[in-house]
Amino acid sequence: MKRIDRSLKVRTGFHQAKWDEPIIFELSKKGERGVLVPQADDEITKEVGDGVSKISSSMLRKEAVNLPEISQSRVLRHYVRLSQETLGADVNIEIGQGTCTVKYSPKVNEQLGKLPGMAEIHPLQDESTVQGMLEIIYETDLAMREISGMDRFSFQPSGGSQAIMAMASLVRAYHEANGEVDQRDEIITTIYSHPSDAAAPALKGYKIIYIHPDKDGYPDYEAFKSVVSEKTAAFFVANPEDTGVYNTKVQEFTELVHKNGGLCCYDQANANGLLGVTRAKEAGFDMCHFNLHKTFSTPHGCGGPATGAVGVTKELEKFMPAPLIDFDGEKYYLNYDVPNSIGKIRSFNGVAPVIMKAYAWIRSLGAEGLYEVAKIAVLNNNYMFKKLMELDCVDAPYIEGKQRIEQVRYTLEKLAKDTGVTTGDIQRRMMDFGMHYWCSHHPYYIPEPMTLEPTETPSKEDLDEYIETLKYIFNEAYETPDKFENAPFASSCHQVDESNMDDPEKWAITWRSYLKKYTEK
Amino acid sequence: MAIQGFKNHPYIPNSVVEVQEEMLKEIGLNNLEELHAEIPEEIKLKENMNLPKAFKSEYELRRYMEGLLSKNKSCKDYLNFLGAGCWQHYVPAVCDEINSRGEFLTAYGGEPYNDFGRFQTLFEYQSLVAELVDMDVVNVPTMDWAQAAATAVRMAARMTGRKEALVPKSIDTERYLVMKNYCSPDIKFIEVNYDEKTGQLNLNDLKEKISDKTACVYIENPSFLGFIEDHGREIAHIAHAVDALSVVGVDPSSLGVLTPPSQYGADIICGDLQPLGMHMNYGGGQAGFMATRDEEKFVMEFPSRLFGIAKTSVEGEYGFSDVAYDRTSFGHLREGGKEYVGTQSALWGITAGVYLSLMGPTGMWELGQTIMQNSQYAIKRLDQIKGVKGSKFDTVNFKEFAVDFNETGKTVEEINKKLLDKGIFGGKDLSKDFPQLGESALYCVTEIHTKDDIDRLVSAIAEVVES
Repeated sequence: MKRIDRSLKVRTGFHQAKWDEPIIFELSKKGERGVLVPQADDEITKEVGDGVSKISSSMLRKEAVNLPEISQSRVLRHYVRLSQETLGADVNIEIGQGTCTVKYSPKVNEQLGKLPGMAEIHPLQDESTVQGMLEIIYETDLAMREISGMDRFSFQPSGGSQAIMAMASLVRAYHEANGEVDQRDEIITTIYSHPSDAAAPALKGYKIIYIHPDKDGYPDYEAFKSVVSEKTAAFFVANPEDTGVYNTKVQEFTELVHKNGGLCCYDQANANGLLGVTRAKEAGFDMCHFNLHKTFSTPHGCGGPATGAVGVTKELEKFMPAPLIDFDGEKYYLNYDVPNSIGKIRSFNGVAPVIMKAYAWIRSLGAEGLYEVAKIAVLNNNYMFKKLMELDCVDAPYIEGKQRIEQVRYTLEKLAKDTGVTTGDIQRRMMDFGMHYWCSHHPYYIPEPMTLEPTETPSKEDLDEYIETLKYIFNEAYETPDKFENAPFASSCHQVDESNMDDPEKWAITWRSYLKKYTEK
Repeated sequence: MAIQGFKNHPYIPNSVVEVQEEMLKEIGLNNLEELHAEIPEEIKLKENMNLPKAFKSEYELRRYMEGLLSKNKSCKDYLNFLGAGCWQHYVPAVCDEINSRGEFLTAYGGEPYNDFGRFQTLFEYQSLVAELVDMDVVNVPTMDWAQAAATAVRMAARMTGRKEALVPKSIDTERYLVMKNYCSPDIKFIEVNYDEKTGQLNLNDLKEKISDKTACVYIENPSFLGFIEDHGREIAHIAHAVDALSVVGVDPSSLGVLTPPSQYGADIICGDLQPLGMHMNYGGGQAGFMATRDEEKFVMEFPSRLFGIAKTSVEGEYGFSDVAYDRTSFGHLREGGKEYVGTQSALWGITAGVYLSLMGPTGMWELGQTIMQNSQYAIKRLDQIKGVKGSKFDTVNFKEFAVDFNETGKTVEEINKKLLDKGIFGGKDLSKDFPQLGESALYCVTEIHTKDDIDRLVSAIAEVVES
């Protein structure tokens, strides 16, 4: 028997799982049970009766909930099959969710998360019974301080966007304390920062001013100068931005804002390439946030639960969400003594298992490991950058000939012009080889964008496979452009017809709504 | 000292020096230091960060972390009666099995074809919760109940063009703090009194405080203090009479036996999914859900992603996609979208879907019934202790109840400390957040508590207060 021929580094024989599972309600069979529920002890029933007849008639549910009735093994099989139809980072070479920093989430940390000392502790337990948990949060705070140069962290925000909202709340509280909250009603951000850098401050009542890039892709300093004023509450920015371009003049930006009395807030969603290399403090920021589910390896879970750790300078500590976690030399405790606290961002103390897993990850790498992460993330990215830029049909605007940090936003404009095949077509076709591919946030400022972020996780072979797959597909675009129209062919599902998604008469957000709109008429 | 890296690390394949050299050569560099040429020298770190040394093996890391976590006393070791927004329920094994599947655990933002399973599972989650609350639209879950309630208030404010929200004085302080921060600076909260004897919302006070400035009346049922609010319909009616919306926060574990708020006039329902298959996780198991009717004016105000069922290019194949994507800040409008969206609590949504699929109608009914019976039994037995009132409020409770210790001459703090010595986590001390209740504690009794557990609690409390 021959071995599989690997000379072509492209998985042409790939096909994703396809089970055609029914919607869960279609599996229902009257009388089947998925799990048995604990019943009250007979003596309890004797004492208090059936319990429910005490509920007033207006509050007693009249009809049983219309949930499906399914045996346990069938429920399990249904969801296992659906999991197989999901392309998690555990099964693919995760490069194509650019800016999302999807890296390896160590299994040992997952197993730790299942221990009773993590999974079965209640957030309101006496401090003496959660010393291990508080120590982990406190130690993670210390590590984050060292990594960023900030003086204090809160782990309450449970996502990057919620962390940005927390930063906007801190900005407000700061200016309120200085009596300038009404005067300072503008937030400046850049067009290549995450949409939440605009949307979350807007929620807190701020006017948003966008800075566009100059010819090199840096935020345009002249344009910036013309809008920074006594109205500026803060500057929210990612660096590097989603183009992978690092703003070399970042200190001039932060200095100018400070001169005008504003604050500087660093969206560090793109921190992976900077760990141990440069920090928020030295660049002049007053606060920053890290996504523990990105840079610090905790799994994305299809979109959370997650943590957006917010760090601030000493001056801003008094505004932080309470409680903070402290250590008095003997024991760890919840510190509610935060005089100008913005209140709370999330119930309790954040998503504790995510903090624990991030801490374990830091401890598995140490300072040398974090530095290696940054170096290899940048090496991987620049290796891909070099290889892809050798292709005629690929370009990347800005800072020609210089390095990018941990990601690049490319343009396939030439490919689209030459062949009619768009970046969206490429995205669908990449799936036929088991790969993710991401275009860009909206709106597309770079035409036909392709955003790739390899992180430190892929090996050179993985990078080569991704690059070779792209080349194979680009080649197809020139030779058989018609092929793309119906892609993907080897995925769990074919092309989705989205025409009903914006039509209130036709959209169906739940199964019962689908039944009403499509079967009862 | 120059900065050192960590070679041959198992999480970093290209930390192998020979590979690095090959790749560096390919991009025309001599060493790793030459990377990051774009970072100005003056803001580059000159030596390694001051962090604890890395563990030398996975085993050592595991031993260390297990040691830290074993310092915690878990609710497996201790008998737990804490609730107050995070509740101990039985987590069926299949829930853990599914949310540990690497495919779900490590997926993120793929497309409807390659993340098909993620889309279908979350669509099913929406559909299952929709049945529980008897409404046609449910979102992909947000952070927690507090976030869901805060967004519900903001939705109501946008829909009515008004800037005031009425909330009951019996609201959870934690949740209220989140809501106030999220809704500041433009939305004002006004608290409505509750009846001291029954805990029920004071309808006269509500009528006095409601006006044509009111965007919504937010209530919780069961309330934070555990009693069932019987006047849901009247409250919704009072809200609707001034064209305000009725928003109801609900514990979904109650909905097998309690009327869903949509049936007494709620326009927006919100709550926490944690009781539906999530471990307590020191408060990390929370996830917020929201539900509305299927009307454009509601749907278009959601900031969350909403997955809809769709046709595909193949007849008879299910597909899924985002409904009205440009509502969200991920769409073309960015900050012009509704609030903002981002990573929230999707894995807990998937888990809640698995939980409801397992429980079915009978399971949810039985869950509610066992909780009602166990908690009534606990109240009755506690009532028999001299100086203790099993339930402060003279109303039927679900799962939680405020135990009144005022007549014992002891503080909740003292009592809880002694209970801790006996291996019991007593209820949340209410004396700080609800000074008007004096020395009272919020106890939580669920289906996981046996008669022996409750009897043990009662004897322990009797011993403590009678000593």
